[in-house]
Amino acid sequence: MFDIERWQEIFQTLGKNKLQTFLTMVSVFSGVLILIILIGFSTGIQNGVRSQFEQDATNRIAIRGGVTTKEYKGLNPGRYIQLRNQDFQDINRKYEDDLEYKTGVYNLWGGQVTYGKETGNYRIEGANPDQQFIENESLIAGRYLNEKDITESRKVAVIGNQVKSDIFKQEDAVGKTIKIFDINFRVIGVYSDPGGEREETRVFIPLPTAQRVFNGADNLRSLAYTIQMSDNFDDAVALSASLAQSIENDIKNKYSIAPDDTNGVRVYDTLEEAKKIYGLIDTISAVFWFIGIGTIIAGVVGVGNIMLIVVKERTKEIGVRKALGALPSSIIGMILQEAVFITAIAGFTGLFLGVIALNIVSPMLDNDFIKFPRVDFATSITIVVIIIVAGTLAGYFPARRAANIKPIEALRDE
Amino acid sequence: MIEIKDLHKSYKTGENSLHVLKGINFSAKEGELVSIMGSSGSGKSTFLNILGMLDEADEGTYELDGFPIKNLTEKVAAKYRNKFLGFIFQSFNLISYKTALDNVSMPLYYQGIKRKERVDKAMSYLEKVGLADWATHLPNQLSGGQKQRVAIARALASEPKVLLADEPTGALDTKTSYEVMELIQGINDEGKTILVVTHEHDIAQMTKRIVDLKDGRIIDDRLVDQVKAKAHV
Repeated sequence: MFDIERWQEIFQTLGKNKLQTFLTMVSVFSGVLILIILIGFSTGIQNGVRSQFEQDATNRIAIRGGVTTKEYKGLNPGRYIQLRNQDFQDINRKYEDDLEYKTGVYNLWGGQVTYGKETGNYRIEGANPDQQFIENESLIAGRYLNEKDITESRKVAVIGNQVKSDIFKQEDAVGKTIKIFDINFRVIGVYSDPGGEREETRVFIPLPTAQRVFNGADNLRSLAYTIQMSDNFDDAVALSASLAQSIENDIKNKYSIAPDDTNGVRVYDTLEEAKKIYGLIDTISAVFWFIGIGTIIAGVVGVGNIMLIVVKERTKEIGVRKALGALPSSIIGMILQEAVFITAIAGFTGLFLGVIALNIVSPMLDNDFIKFPRVDFATSITIVVIIIVAGTLAGYFPARRAANIKPIEALRDE
Repeated sequence: MIEIKDLHKSYKTGENSLHVLKGINFSAKEGELVSIMGSSGSGKSTFLNILGMLDEADEGTYELDGFPIKNLTEKVAAKYRNKFLGFIFQSFNLISYKTALDNVSMPLYYQGIKRKERVDKAMSYLEKVGLADWATHLPNQLSGGQKQRVAIARALASEPKVLLADEPTGALDTKTSYEVMELIQGINDEGKTILVVTHEHDIAQMTKRIVDLKDGRIIDDRLVDQVKAKAHV
């Protein structure tokens, strides 16, 4: 392997078959490049989708009133279904054992928020302290809403990080007073959300405060829960689905909504969705590996093919070598080393350029569903091993054939 | 040097079996220059291949410098070929992408000799065949006669016991043929055992002994008065 003569021989033969060598290397190179890019993107999709789910707790169930579309029990379609505090309490009581965090939400889609001269339009949500965990938010500064804020209907606000940087700039926000529709609120905390900017342009205030200040009476826009997670993901998915179904049925009964009316009330079961999407991602990533490995195989078969041609072309030369005393092992070594060398050089170039390409493309991607496409170290090592094994395989059969060449046949003059 | 007794060889081609060598008895002493003659199909090439361990006999015994050549593994055969034999082919069989010097040093490479020593040795053999100035040339930059002389230098480089030449002048014109034969005679004069397969009578006359093969049997084996190639050049 470290025999300098051997390497000289390899470079001589490669130099002799420049075009063939080049084409073979291109096929291996592109195979590896494609594999790297596919894997990078499947990782990117995983990252993207995961962050989509992480913007809220993955075991979240949300219930939202809608407008009926079907006539039922003598009631006309087109009724607006308004959820109320009572619904929230009913569900809490009935499913107490299975629910973890709970909140009713009363929100304004757009509310003018002002601090000093800076002003902006943000979503204002009245919620319970549990909302922090349901929305998967973490605090950067200050505190979140607490029970006292709720019971005393305090005028306090937790603002998103984006809101903070929009209207407070570099200033510290906690303890400052902001105006929401000209009503003073004291900022008690700043949160961040894995969902990013879109999720951080919200302002949370205590639910009763929101209902009182914005004339909400006991109306709720939506209810949100997380279910008790069990260790088994499939069990959790099943529980989540049955809870979602059961809650939907309760609301439909209570408000006389046709059982087959999908628009009267909407229940979002995040786990069920997550399971579907994660399953899809696994499939995508498997397909990407399959395609990538397929292209590498195509490249390697190319190498094998070229080596066979090389062996065929060099039959006479190999015969001469054997007549001059070359051992079969030295012939096998020669062909094998050549194949591994070609595959490795081309493969590593593909690996290297693929990683560089991903690094270049990564910051330019502005897509919620593809984030940070990259190939991790373990995967790179796997690919390196694949390349070397593939090169050995590609060289082995031609090498065997070369070693079996009978000098007497090789040297026969035509 | 070479002891062959009752050598048989047949080839199977489909259903038919072709009996090529039908009991050859042959011996050659050290320093002999023997030509093996015969028309095509007489079995002379098969005979040479068996002598060269490129092929194995079905029956009979073959001893080379006291070593029995029988049932050799590929590995041992390769070693013996390298140690005992030098080949000279009709079509030279130089490796086209290697310089004359590299071609000559090839058998030394397979002997595991270090590069520096190899180059020195190869160079001295190139000098011997008068091609020292052509050491860095590729085969396609050489004339036929020069190619054959490089091939002879290569055959000599491993310092074999026996040189086997298969129609060494078959691809050369008369004048060049004689030059090559002159070189071969010179090497023989230094004591090397050489076997030449040829079908040209004038070439055969330049050896010391002629063995005639016909239909797989030796029909004549006689010593001749060697004609020195130099006289014709």
